[in-house]
Amino acid sequence: MDITTTQYKHSDLVKVNGRIDSATAPQLAKALDDITNAGRYRIILDLEEVEFMSSAGLRVLIGTQKTCKRYNRGEVILASVPKRIYDALELAGFVPLFRFFDNVLDAVGSI
Amino acid sequence: MSSTYTEVYPARFENLDRVRDFVAELAEKCGLEPAAVYAVQLAVDEAFTNIIEHAYGGESEEKIECMCQIEKDALVITLRDCGKPFDPSAVPEPDFEADLEEREVGGLGLYFIHQLMDDVQFIFVDQPETGKTCNLLRMVKRKEK
Repeated sequence: MDITTTQYKHSDLVKVNGRIDSATAPQLAKALDDITNAGRYRIILDLEEVEFMSSAGLRVLIGTQKTCKRYNRGEVILASVPKRIYDALELAGFVPLFRFFDNVLDAVGSI
Repeated sequence: MSSTYTEVYPARFENLDRVRDFVAELAEKCGLEPAAVYAVQLAVDEAFTNIIEHAYGGESEEKIECMCQIEKDALVITLRDCGKPFDPSAVPEPDFEADLEEREVGGLGLYFIHQLMDDVQFIFVDQPETGKTCNLLRMVKRKEK
């Protein structure tokens, strides 16, 4: 799994490549914690290149969403979510807890 | 007629890639659709993770055996460990109505396994030679008619 983060004026873009499972999820959690620990709570997660995500990845997403939404200070937005990953989010009942965008540009523009 | 393939892995998260690839190859060989192959990979990943976290209490050099049987109309996967006996009825179902703040992710793996596979059974097997009880998790994914 590879993670690329880009800091914009009003948000942070995090692009993930590869497989998010119990082995790699801590690395994603660390990348997201680094952003929220810096006081930045508007995060766009680009999942286009994610081939696999287990509940370990979902746990990271929900944990970060809780941190970001607290005190209404921000949110995690999901962009370019592959169908299989979306299906897992749906199965977990997480779809109502996130905003989804078909591409990163629209996601960045929505913040 | 059925063929059986078995691999054994140390109970470490780094082996998730290998076990997912192993079952995916056999799911394809069995003739499952791509979406079903992914479902099998996700279910096995969740089960393997649960064994490491709950049966063995974390990563270790203990073993997890993955046996796949290709049958005419289904793939049967059995994961075996000899860690703590696992009682699936002790795991609460996820609460899908809870607010974000109350949302817990524990139990989601087991819920996924039940949703993704067509048949799921937990079996305890006594091992008289070691005095241990081993856990078998048998999961079936059937081919679409």
